[in-house]
Amino acid sequence: MKKVFTRPKSLKDMPFHYCPGCTHGIVHRLVAEVIDEMGIFDRTIAVAPVGCSVFCYDYFDCDAYQASHGRAPAVATGIKRVLPDRVVFTYQGDGDLAAIGTGEIVHAAARGEKFTVIFINNAIYAMTGGQMAPTTLLGQVTTTTPYGRNREINGCPVRMSEMLAVLDGSAYIARVSVHDPANVARAKRAVRKAFEVQMAGLGFTMVEVLSSCPTNWGLSPLKALKWLEENMIPYYPLGEYKVSGDTTPLFRHDSGADGGLSKNDPAEVG
Amino acid sequence: MFEAILIAGFGGQGVLSTGQLLAQAGMEEGRHVAWIPSYGPEMRGGTANCGVTISSRPISSPVVSEPTVLIAMNRPSLEKFEHSVVQGGIIFVNSSLIDIRAGRKDVRVFYVPANELAEELGSGKVANNVILGALIELTGVVTPGAVEKSLREVLPPHHHKMIPLNLKALEVGAGLVRGDGPAAAGAG
Amino acid sequence: MAKILMKGNEAIGEGAVRAGCRYFFGYPITPQSELPHYLAKRLPEVGGLYLQAESEVASINMVFGAAGAGARVMTSSSGPGISLMQEGISYLAGAELPCVIVNMIRGGPGLGNIAPAQSDYFQATRGGGHGDYRVLVLAPASVQEIIDLMKDAFDLADKYRNPVMLIGDGVLGQMMEPVELDEEVKPVVLPEKSWAATGRMGRDKKNLINSLYIVPENCEAHNLELARKYGTMAEKEQRWEDYHTEGAELVLVAFGTAARVCKAVVDMFREEGRPVGLLRPITLWPFPAKRVAALAGTARHFLTVEMSMGQMVEDVRLAVNGRRPVYFYGRAGGMIPVARDVYREAGKILTGGADS
Ligand SMILES: Cc1ncc(C[n+]2csc(CCOP(=O)(O)OP(=O)(O)O)c2C)c(N)n1
Ligand code: SF4
Ligand SMILES: [Mg+2]
Repeated sequence: MKKVFTRPKSLKDMPFHYCPGCTHGIVHRLVAEVIDEMGIFDRTIAVAPVGCSVFCYDYFDCDAYQASHGRAPAVATGIKRVLPDRVVFTYQGDGDLAAIGTGEIVHAAARGEKFTVIFINNAIYAMTGGQMAPTTLLGQVTTTTPYGRNREINGCPVRMSEMLAVLDGSAYIARVSVHDPANVARAKRAVRKAFEVQMAGLGFTMVEVLSSCPTNWGLSPLKALKWLEENMIPYYPLGEYKVSGDTTPLFRHDSGADGGLSKNDPAEVG
Repeated sequence: MFEAILIAGFGGQGVLSTGQLLAQAGMEEGRHVAWIPSYGPEMRGGTANCGVTISSRPISSPVVSEPTVLIAMNRPSLEKFEHSVVQGGIIFVNSSLIDIRAGRKDVRVFYVPANELAEELGSGKVANNVILGALIELTGVVTPGAVEKSLREVLPPHHHKMIPLNLKALEVGAGLVRGDGPAAAGAG
Repeated sequence: MAKILMKGNEAIGEGAVRAGCRYFFGYPITPQSELPHYLAKRLPEVGGLYLQAESEVASINMVFGAAGAGARVMTSSSGPGISLMQEGISYLAGAELPCVIVNMIRGGPGLGNIAPAQSDYFQATRGGGHGDYRVLVLAPASVQEIIDLMKDAFDLADKYRNPVMLIGDGVLGQMMEPVELDEEVKPVVLPEKSWAATGRMGRDKKNLINSLYIVPENCEAHNLELARKYGTMAEKEQRWEDYHTEGAELVLVAFGTAARVCKAVVDMFREEGRPVGLLRPITLWPFPAKRVAALAGTARHFLTVEMSMGQMVEDVRLAVNGRRPVYFYGRAGGMIPVARDVYREAGKILTGGADS
């Protein structure tokens, strides 16, 4: 019988600490599968964030660093500048990347740093107990927006992919989701493209993954995926926001995605 | 008097609020009290526990590392904390959800089918209070009157209609220990 | 007065509201999260503002702006975030701005963990930022004391136009204890702040919030002025609690959660009729050196107990000034000293079997 579900070699054989139904585990697996399939395990280096996924430094069996909150892109810059022939990726949450680490991510992209960012957008600070994130939707109730996110007080959610795509240093930026099998497959292809563009030396690469946090959203795993699809995707359209090099588009024109086109490098988005 | 009570179970079993109820009752009786929850990444695993200290003297550390009483609402809690109970202490085992026996011989162990008894009363939500009733009857750590008063404090007003059911659960638990209840607690 | 059960972190929030604080700027971090959660609900009820910043660097600079504008303002964090705030705290001290900063200390260094610790003592009392400055540091040991000290913290900040830090740990923040609270929130009369830069609005003199003194002579004069202020604080603001120190042969020195454990240890010795006492510093800066020095005249040994590898012990040694041996016992990384272990350490000292 063919084994259809095996643990990628790049993932250590240990149980995840994630809650039932958390999509962090799915994304770990995708990244690990891509590393396996590309045969780059030995020269890949992971940079873990501070957030629920901090322990990914344990789960990925490659060499790894644990950066301070938000600074993974700076740490990755240091690594890649010393070891330009290695494959370096950071794995960061929305609080980590889009709040405390905004300076680092913007400037890493602007400099065209040649590493890959896996950006987990779950619209919440999960690890610290469900506070508002920069990506929390308007009206969304969190522990620090007990009356719902209010535009007057907290401003509007930040769309990082669109922001970073307009910088000349970015080479591949895509937003994907993992709420159903078709999207999971597409997310994996995006991760692979990002690694390929990194290895081709074309510039900064990032894959934003819309993810769920059943625990802090207060929803069952299935309802959480539904909530993601119905609420997050309309505000955070899926698509490739920046494409460099010669690749097949991830999204067909009829896929319903209407991601923004970056002016200097129009991407194939639906 | 001094009791350091550890209440442990799944998240969602209400162990934190049961602890608060006990602390509130201790305060009503003029005791020194402290309540402290477990916090941190272990919450991810879905377990929750809290320590409640009730004492006639000021409380030093509120962290209950050597409980005089352990209330184990599920099996992982019994396995994790059984060894920490002081010699001569008490362990309440929620035998509705725990299918193993405690191994300690130097403590008193009571097996209470709390969920079943609570369901019989009409709501599984009061399972913790069945055990609380047994605890109070056995140790006298607080009086039933203080618990009744505390229920009014800890429950939001729209849940006050639940108070009679909560009191019934306490009474069933107390009856188990006295031996005149519907089903005597199996001591072992 | 009502007696209610309250969590330490929430007590910080309620204490701040009752002290007239209406502005909170902060960034989430464990183990102080219940405080922002509480204030996010509570401040709007009293017409105040809770604003989540994008980082602690931003939080402390929002505090800088609000304090300069004359508001009672606070922020709160734990080790990693407090480290990021150090630049801002230095600027606040340099510009002589009043504010309250809460640090619920966790295990370190680096990301460490979220368990209770006291290992940010050096950072708090030595000024973790650059330059010659001091921050008043208060260390409550119970939820009631948190409420009481929050009011003092804001008053002291205004009195000296200086940042005040209140430090606790995960235990104090997470635990619930009974507190006495007035039934109603009484209006607070805030001191006049004629120095605040609020727009001239007809004022004949310009106000400037600044810490730049480009001419060395002027910068030195500014430092001398600050030093005079810190001297007054050191003279007037030392606070402590004596617990059975009279006639004590061995004096334990501990603050916050560690002091609670030490009280139990003192009780164990006193029940046996053995002369052991506790000095509990309530201000960490200024350290109650006066009291320690006086006790060095009567006690034979000191034992400092901390949830760190030994930081406050240096201040105890400075105050004892070589007159008596000063021993140390500590737990680190989020561990809490156990009364039995401290009792054993102390017992060794009393019977002459310990090394200092
Ligand atoms: C300087 C600093 N500030 C705050 C924290 C506390 N902290 C830990 S994780 C986190 C946010 C996590 O949110 P996110 O990045 O969205 O990751 P998630 O847990 O949602 O996956 C924060 C604020 C910290 N560790 N360091
Ligand atoms: S809290 Fe949310 S993000 Fe964190 S492990 Fe649980 S479901 Fe995943
Ligand atoms: Mg997040």
